[in-house]
Amino acid sequence: MFGNLTLSALPHEPITVGAGIFMAVAGVSIISILFYFKRWKWLWTEWLTSLDHKKIGVMYIILALVMLLRGFSDAIMMRLQQVLSVGDAVGYLPPEHYDQIFTAHGVIMIFFVAMPLMFGLINLAVPLQIGARDVAFPFLNSLSLWFTVVGAVLVNLSLVLGEFAATGWLAYPPLSGVLYSPGVGVDYYIWALQIAGAGSLLSGINFFVTILMMRCPGMTLMRMPVFAWTVFASMTLVIISFPILTATLGMLSLDRLLGMHFFTSDFGGNAMMYVNLIWAWGHPEVYILVLPAFGIFSEVVSAFSHKKLFGYTTMIWATIAITFLSFVVWVHHFFTMGAGANVNAFFGIMTMIIAIPTGVKVFNWLFTMFRGRIVFASPMLWTIGFIFTFTIGGMSGVLLAVPGADFQLHNSLFLIAHFHNVIIGGVVFGYFAGLTYWFPKIFGFKLNERLGKAVFWHWIVGFFVAFVPLYILGLMGMTRRLSHIDGSLGWQTLLYVAGIGVVIIGIGVVLQILQLIISIRDRRQNMDTTGDPWDGRTLEWSTSSPPPFYNFAVIPTVHGRHPFWDMKHGVGESADRSAELFLDTRLGRKHIVPHYEDIHMPKNTAMGLYIALSAFLFGFGLVWHIWWLAIAGVAGIVSLVVIRSFDYDTEYVVSKDLITKIEAKTAHRKLQLL
Amino acid sequence: MTTDILNTREAKSIFGFWIYIMSDALLFGSIFATYAVLHNNVFGGPSASDIFSMPFVLAETLILLASSFTYGLASLYAHHHKEKNKVILWLVVTFLLGATFIGMELYEFAKLLLEGNSWQRSGFLSAFFTLVGTHGLHVTAGLIWMGGLIIQVWRKGITVTTIGKVSTLGIFWHFLDIVWIFIFTFVYLMGAI
Repeated sequence: MFGNLTLSALPHEPITVGAGIFMAVAGVSIISILFYFKRWKWLWTEWLTSLDHKKIGVMYIILALVMLLRGFSDAIMMRLQQVLSVGDAVGYLPPEHYDQIFTAHGVIMIFFVAMPLMFGLINLAVPLQIGARDVAFPFLNSLSLWFTVVGAVLVNLSLVLGEFAATGWLAYPPLSGVLYSPGVGVDYYIWALQIAGAGSLLSGINFFVTILMMRCPGMTLMRMPVFAWTVFASMTLVIISFPILTATLGMLSLDRLLGMHFFTSDFGGNAMMYVNLIWAWGHPEVYILVLPAFGIFSEVVSAFSHKKLFGYTTMIWATIAITFLSFVVWVHHFFTMGAGANVNAFFGIMTMIIAIPTGVKVFNWLFTMFRGRIVFASPMLWTIGFIFTFTIGGMSGVLLAVPGADFQLHNSLFLIAHFHNVIIGGVVFGYFAGLTYWFPKIFGFKLNERLGKAVFWHWIVGFFVAFVPLYILGLMGMTRRLSHIDGSLGWQTLLYVAGIGVVIIGIGVVLQILQLIISIRDRRQNMDTTGDPWDGRTLEWSTSSPPPFYNFAVIPTVHGRHPFWDMKHGVGESADRSAELFLDTRLGRKHIVPHYEDIHMPKNTAMGLYIALSAFLFGFGLVWHIWWLAIAGVAGIVSLVVIRSFDYDTEYVVSKDLITKIEAKTAHRKLQLL
Repeated sequence: MTTDILNTREAKSIFGFWIYIMSDALLFGSIFATYAVLHNNVFGGPSASDIFSMPFVLAETLILLASSFTYGLASLYAHHHKEKNKVILWLVVTFLLGATFIGMELYEFAKLLLEGNSWQRSGFLSAFFTLVGTHGLHVTAGLIWMGGLIIQVWRKGITVTTIGKVSTLGIFWHFLDIVWIFIFTFVYLMGAI
């Protein structure tokens, strides 16, 4: 009846039991708060079933921040184990648990922190930046969100029901094959990633089409904000690379479920095929994450230097070059495979070439700051911290791109230090900058700046204290993923230092939580009444903060790269009617009523949630070999999709009277404040 | 093209669906690549030339190609003649041809299994079953979709929305035909050499 699922799947170790109890307590308290304040209906109609891209974005970000706490706890546990487990001491984690923790750390940080944070920010900013009222496929957007949530739920469920993969975050066979990993861990891994990956692919298509087809009149490609451009490049990579991940994990699960021989050691399987395929996805994946961060830095550096971005065109072409190059470097992840000197040389040189467009970007950011009136607000601090940190990470990357050097450093802590250097310095700093930058747009008030700066300093100092020792340890020969350290090697002092670094970052994370709480408490002092808190240049700042659900009462027409700046300063087509309308409604300047038209908006629907729930049953059934549940899941998905396809009534009309009323209210509020 | 035309829901769906097809092509590309790497790894078991019956596969191929042609007729009647009954007729014919194709594929699989050549036999057979099976699953999904579409055309008639849906499924159906031509060439024809 329940496949392989028995009571023995429940946790035994005190740490997992504790984590399980913590999750249960957190869940129960959230549910009781919702009951106590009678907020179920509000949660359901305003959030869970919403197709509004801004709300979907906020839900993505909440998911990412919750999972960040989990991924970060894993990091603390790993550092603590390496501090405690030396010589005769064995630490507090048994090896099989330690192995699950480093796997979960990687999987969670990439798939359930970085990806949802990225899609959250894209959802918040891109439609507003291109002057659109929504994304191309609002329903798919909701479906993508819930697929990602289901993936995260499966990963968290593995904590209390069974186990997680103990294979490392890419689950190389034959270790991840059924012979060496007979438990459910790898199956949890596969189905969490497959379901979340389907969500990412749908989002990729959605934003690709949104950017190509829904830009407002006048916004040619070369007038698009840089963030929208980098998102476009990143979504192209999603569309090309995620099918490879789906196919690869699919074949791995066929090996495990049906006894096939794709990646097994016998019967003609080929494990290196898996490694090739997974990196053909995996390398583009890091650019999927970092390109939007580059876009955020470009927006931030221009806004806080009070200058237009230096070298817009080169920035775009550098982005395109990186997009292309990211597909011809994957072998550098396994130079030691033995592909031969010529193959390795090709991939090594291609890898080094990526430094050129990236260097172009770095110089563009520097020249944007040059002679600008720089405001050292926290988004700008993240940006400057990024340029500094990322350059170091980039240089260690070029070093690793030399196949000869890589043979020595492969799988050492030097590699670990390198990729954390670029991922924390690039992706994490970038997304935190973006979060601070767009937060007032979505919520109508700014984040506390003093705490924001404290968060930045803890993160950057903590980062260097935690990871510079790992560079040194890597050069000393320490390999990755060690759960126990020989006392005679002299590594212990540096591991202590790294542990202190994690504590400093931990204080930063606590300050981030505090920053959110205090900012919400003091929101009335930090209201953004203008809709334009940073003196921005792009269209998202031209609407109110928070924007009305239809974003723009009148779809703007643009005439250059800095449409909102031009409107504010009367540059170019100041007589243009839509620019005038903008300023009228935004500032309540005149008392004429602009001419509004009816707007079609998508209706809320819970279908995305239901389909994702069926996907959960399907995944869970396959993990535990509960076949009837898996079949029920598939049947659920198919029938729900069919039912949805029969629904022709998915939109409703917002009347122009209602729009007039809402716009007048915003204008009135602004008048009062002026 | 003005923005008005570009921004219709149907135009967005069709363009978005093209992008999805591109990504699906990469899914098949990954499996084709794996087949190319594994197709000689027979591990003492049968190789491609030992197990395939070419006349049978040729019949299968012709049936699928014919279904693409009949789908084209349904598409023409939807776009240009707006004749509801003809559209439904040709969709039903396409459906039957597609179902026949799936039936023949299942028969071929069953035959292989009964002969002891299951996917567990070798890396080559794993790759074969997965590649052909993935295509078969796509065709099955297409059939379910076609069933829904027939009912919708029957109920709603030929409208902008249903024409859009005929176009999207058409992209999918012809795409699967192209994938099959690749399978026919690389797996069956080159396997028979």
